[in-house]
This record gives sequence, structure tokens and C-alpha cells, in this order.
Amino acid sequence: MKKFFSKGTAVAAPHLVWCVLFIVAPLLFVLYYSFTDTSGAFTLENMQSLSDYSDIFLTTIEMSIISTFGCFIIGYPLAYFISRSSEKQKKVYMVLLMLPMWTNLLIRTYSMMAILDDGGFFNTLLLSLELAPVHIVGTKGAVIFGMIYDFFPYMVLPIYTAITKIDHRVIEAASDLGCNGMQIMTRVILPLSRSGIISGITMVFVSSISTFYISQKLGGGTFELIGDTIERQFQSPSTYHIGASISLVMMILILISLAVMNRFSDEEENSAARSRIGK
Amino acid sequence: MKYISKIYIALVFLILYIPILVLMLFSFNKTSNTGAFDGFSLYWYRELFKSPETFTALKNTLILAVSASLISTVIGTTAAVGMVKMKSRFFRSLVNSITNVPMMNPEIVTGISMMLLFVAIGTIVNAADKLSFWTLLISHVTFCLPYVILSVMPRVKAMDKSIPEAAMDLGCTPLQSFFKVELPMIMPGIVTGMIMAFTLSLDDFVISYFTNGNDFQTLPLMIYSMTKKEVKPDIYALSTLMIIAITVLLILSNFSGSKGEMEKKRHERMLAKAAKKQNHQAFAESKGK
Repeated sequence: MKKFFSKGTAVAAPHLVWCVLFIVAPLLFVLYYSFTDTSGAFTLENMQSLSDYSDIFLTTIEMSIISTFGCFIIGYPLAYFISRSSEKQKKVYMVLLMLPMWTNLLIRTYSMMAILDDGGFFNTLLLSLELAPVHIVGTKGAVIFGMIYDFFPYMVLPIYTAITKIDHRVIEAASDLGCNGMQIMTRVILPLSRSGIISGITMVFVSSISTFYISQKLGGGTFELIGDTIERQFQSPSTYHIGASISLVMMILILISLAVMNRFSDEEENSAARSRIGK
Repeated sequence: MKYISKIYIALVFLILYIPILVLMLFSFNKTSNTGAFDGFSLYWYRELFKSPETFTALKNTLILAVSASLISTVIGTTAAVGMVKMKSRFFRSLVNSITNVPMMNPEIVTGISMMLLFVAIGTIVNAADKLSFWTLLISHVTFCLPYVILSVMPRVKAMDKSIPEAAMDLGCTPLQSFFKVELPMIMPGIVTGMIMAFTLSLDDFVISYFTNGNDFQTLPLMIYSMTKKEVKPDIYALSTLMIIAITVLLILSNFSGSKGEMEKKRHERMLAKAAKKQNHQAFAESKGK
């Protein structure tokens, strides 16, 4: 027990107090609200009524998986190609990739909506080319496209970092031993960049599953994801309880998927976060 | 192969940038038409600067970002230093996991969990405004902390433990050795962490959305309420200005040449200076005895 109260604990004390007050306590409140009603009495009603939301849960998960997969399919070749560019080009590409990441998500989503809207830039362009306009905003595809567009850099950066870390001699050895280009890709580069892929997938998936702005804008108000449901419940105090229980379930779902993903990763923890800050 | 990769990179970046470029273009549109360009004008910029709301939001955003980054840097630095010194491995990894919760959790969950806490406390103390600047500040410090610790911790771990020990041997009190020796050594990590916290706070929408009070609006919150109404290019004008600001910052930080090298050198100089001072002090003390 003495070990717990070392000098280090004393130095870190402000942080420890902060953690308990503002990280642990809020989560306990989510738990408390999930299992109580408005009068504060214990109830399982919130949890039982969750079945009403199972459709939304399934749609959100489905769309998040599609968008994560889309990001991977588009992002992996990009990360690979960038990693094979010259040093100077790499620097430029990285800035080009970071810039949208640092641009507010609201702005990016909003500009995408403004372009794809029925009277927007894209449809005006189609009309001027004498093509039939397409109704995009308000469809499932538009929301998935928005997710891919917004979260795509989160996939590319960690994969890029992982690919650049690969020892080039390994690739040379593979080709010396008779691998063709495709085999080098599938047997050497892909497996060796696994940690980056996992970080990317985790970050895109967690962001997609919890978004609410993208579906509000690109879903045209006709579309509801879990994020929207949670946001709606927190508009009035009477529905805080059901909102808390939906959040709790979402959090548990994410924790499970994180744990599953971590099983595939041998890299140190935090690699997702590290790539976020560009390290 | 070379051409394929070039074309692919160009294509992806084109798609990534078209919305941003179109948005910038239409911020200069004469009319409120967002489909076709009717002529160049700065009308929407004038509209934007006419409203005092814009300036209040900008001021609020900066006040919040500066205070949140300062507080989280101080707490985060002490946390990183303390956590490395912790004796119990179990306790250390426990603290580490708890610290990382806001980073791993979806923002919306962090937001609503803090909101529930603030509302509950506000009800208990019977506050008129349950959510205010202070709740916003607390939530921003909380989600910035893990990033600060993440950038300071490696520096603390990589530091040669014998150097602060040497400083103390030479007569420094533990506090002096921390401020004169340890702190300058981990400074680059602290600066990175602070910049990180600043930009995160500047950019945050989701958590602020749940923890802000009615009387304190930040720029992202203002954009959100603007986009809830009908489409008007004044949002475009505001966004264009924000994008330009970010671009300048990003280019400055990425192309400022061998900044890391300079930092390293400055750092070594500082260390040498500190050692010298300690030497003098120790010498004077030994003489005094």
C-alpha cells in the first residue's frame, strides 16, 4: 500500500484529482442515469426500451463499417504511393493531408452538403452540361460519402507512418527471393503495416459510429444515426436517462471493438492517438 | 506505375479539396446563390464583420483556448513527471488508462457524461446557470490533458535521471533542480503539448455543444447555429477566413526549416548555463561554510 503514495503520486496529485472528478465521475453519472428514472429510482426500463433503437444501432454500425472499409480501400494506396514519393513531395503531401484534418469538421461537412445539394454547385454543373441532376443529399450514400470524406485522413496518416517504418531491406530481400510486386504487397508490406491499418480502422470506425453532424447535414434531416438519437435525447432533461443508456451501450460496443482490434495489434497502445497528433 | 501513383494522388487530393475550394469561391459571390457564381464581391465578408456576434465568438474561442491549453499544460506536465516517478506499476497503468479515456471515447460520450455531471452538481448547489464558461473550460481541459501527457511523457522518460541528481548533488533543492534542469529538458514536449491543446480546444465542437452555457458562444458553436438556419454565404466567408488562418499556421510549423535543430541547440546552451550557475552556487556555498 505504501507504494501507492510515492513521491510521484504527490507530484501527479492535481491530475489524479482531476481524473477522478472529471473523467471517472462523469462516467459514473452515465451509469447512474442509465439505470434510474426521472425520480431517481432504480429501473431497468431504459435498458428494455433500447430494443426500440435496435434498427438505428444496426444501420449506424452497417454504415460505419462501409465507411471504414471505403476509407481503407481509398486510403491504403494513397498512403503507399505517398511513402514512395521523394522527401520533398512527401512533405507537401503531408501538409495537404493535414490541412483538411485541421479544418473544422462542421465546415468540411457543410461545404460538402452545399456542393451536393439539389440546387448546389454539382447539380448546376450537371445541368449546364445538359445532364440530368441527381438527388444526393438525404440518401444513405451521401451520409456514407460524407463519413469517408471527413475521416479519410485519419486512415491515411497511421498507415503512412507504418509503411515508412518498414525496413526497405526486407522488401529487397523479398524481391531477391523471387516475390513479384503483388506478392511483396500482400506478403510483406500489408502485414508489416498492420499496426497502422488497425489504428486507422479504429479511428475511422469510432468517429463514424458516433457522428451526428454529418447525418444531420448530408442526411437532409430524414436520416437518424445513433449520434443523432443521443443528441436528441439530451435536448430535454426528461429524456436524459434514455440518452444515457443509449450512450452506455454505444460505449460498450466501442470498447468491445477496440479490444478485438487490439488483439490483432502488437504495437504499443496509443498508436492511434499518436498518429492523430502527427507523431 | 510512376504515372498511376501520381494520377491517383492527384485525384484523391482533388476530391478532398474541391469542396473547400468551391466554398472559398462562393464566399466571394455577389448573391446568395450557392449554385452558380454571379460575380465577385466582398459583400458577405462585410456582412460578417458587421455583426458583433462574430467578434464576441472569436474572442470567446481564443480566451477559452488559451486558458484551457495553459491549465492542461500545467496539470499535464506535473502528471507526466509524477507518473514516471510512480513506484507501483499497477497504479501507474491504471492512471494511464483513465487519462486516456477522453481520447478513446467518442466525443459525444465525453460530452454528455460531463454534461450530466455539471447538471447534477448545478442542481445540488442550485446554480442559476448550470452550464457556463467554467463548465466549458473544465471539459476542454479534460479532453486536452491526455494529449499533453502523451507529448510530455516520452521526454520525461528519455531524460537522463542522473542529471537532476547531479544538480541536487551540486546543491540544488529538488524544486530548483526541477525548474532549472528538468523543466528546460522536457520543454520541447511541453510546447508541443500546449500547441496541441490549443488547436484541439480551438477546433472542438461536439464536447462544447453539450457543455456550453447560453451566454458563452465559441466559433464552432456559432458555425453550428448558423448552419441550422438557411444557407447563407456568410458562413462561407467565416469558414474561408478560418481555413486561411489554419493554412498559414500549418505551413509555418511544417516548413520552418531546421527548427528542431535550433531548439536542440538552444536547449543544450540552457543546460550548460544551468550547470554553470549551479557550480557557482555550490562553490559559493562551500566557501561560505
